Amino acid sequence: MWWLGGLLFIVLAPFVGGLLSGIDRKITARMQGRIGPPVWQAFYDVAKLLQKENLVVRPTQKMYMDFFLVFTIFTGVLFFSGGDLLLVIFALTMAGVFFVLGGYKASSPYSFIGAQRETLQMMSYEPAVLIAAVGIYMVTRSFQVAQIVHHPTLIIKDLPGVFFAFFFILTIKFRKSPFDLSTSHHAHQELVKGITTEFSGRTLAKIEIAHWYEYVFILGFVYLFFASNPVLGVAMALLAFFCELVIDNISARVRWQWLLAASWGVAFVAGGANILYLMLKG
Amino acid sequence: MGALSKSPWIIHYDGSSCNGCDIEVLAALMPRFDLERFGVINTGNPKHADILLLTGSINEQNKSVVKNIYDQMPHPKVVVAVGICATSGGIFRECYNVQGGADKVVPVDFYVPGCAVRPEALIDAAVAAVALLDKKRDAMKAGKA
Ligand code: SF4
Repeated sequence: MWWLGGLLFIVLAPFVGGLLSGIDRKITARMQGRIGPPVWQAFYDVAKLLQKENLVVRPTQKMYMDFFLVFTIFTGVLFFSGGDLLLVIFALTMAGVFFVLGGYKASSPYSFIGAQRETLQMMSYEPAVLIAAVGIYMVTRSFQVAQIVHHPTLIIKDLPGVFFAFFFILTIKFRKSPFDLSTSHHAHQELVKGITTEFSGRTLAKIEIAHWYEYVFILGFVYLFFASNPVLGVAMALLAFFCELVIDNISARVRWQWLLAASWGVAFVAGGANILYLMLKG
Repeated sequence: MGALSKSPWIIHYDGSSCNGCDIEVLAALMPRFDLERFGVINTGNPKHADILLLTGSINEQNKSVVKNIYDQMPHPKVVVAVGICATSGGIFRECYNVQGGADKVVPVDFYVPGCAVRPEALIDAAVAAVALLDKKRDAMKAGKA
């Protein structure tokens, strides 16, 4: 029944992801003293985008975003059907690369800068994700997600530093302040809309849906650290999501130099020290 | 209600104004009136926008800009002229460089009077605009079919 998780992911993740993004906007509004949109707002937005005209600079730019969506789904399917963690990370990177290429293809100055910044963001989070995979392997002796979830003890107990490094880069993956350089979750910003500037209508809807899939995949990754206790795992994944909202609302966007230095610093210091300790412990 | 009316994203452009109406537009998005509860998002990107809010009058310098923003918005789209300046030129009407209201360059769907507009009038316009968005969408579909 290894395929069941993957199938459930394909069908359910958009609902969960869309709802999470609606809840995100509601909570953010409440934090700012506003009433905020209904929790279904994310679905309304996508339904609207599907009905709008699809303006493109070059027809091929749409294709890249199709691949972005397909590879994001592929990443999640691999993960939730218990596949190889390293392959999951490669698929995730692949999806990111198509997203960046789409931004370059549209060739407007805004999407160009957005694509460059997205590349930098990928560079920033990649070490922490890889260290997380290595750390998990050292504890469980397996890269197979199916075996990792059945590990008898809480993985985070041996990997607090690695988890901290992973948590740090969640902000990048969720596209939240202070690390929302390439495109922001919030509409108004100085780069117009960064990498998604030149996308509208159906294609923008696909990008949005890909982000929903991404949300669920990332929270699934957080769950992995607490997999021996499913209730705690789900609770911690939701708590991590809530922490991201708080961070988003209390911080301003940083420069890319700071982003790169901070995420690599945390990954190599906290994550690296953790790995080193595991190695010495044997 | 159709999907369009539940998620109207606006783009705001300020022509030749005194800034009074612009402040009111922003005030409508702030906690007290909170337009986002109707799904309104203030976007900076014409390609993501459904409603173009124009404040201030049209002059020689900004007429190509307004035209350009309008052309870049995907159909269906609605234009709202906010304040008396955007409606007719207002107090700037007699200036040598001012051409008049927003309808000199783009087809305006709604005129919101006031100097400056009241946020309540703006919300009223937004509600009317979303209804028209749905209508335009249906017309667009009928045209294609
Ligand atoms: S209508 Fe009045 S308040 Fe609004 S921009 Fe014109 S002069 Fe200013």
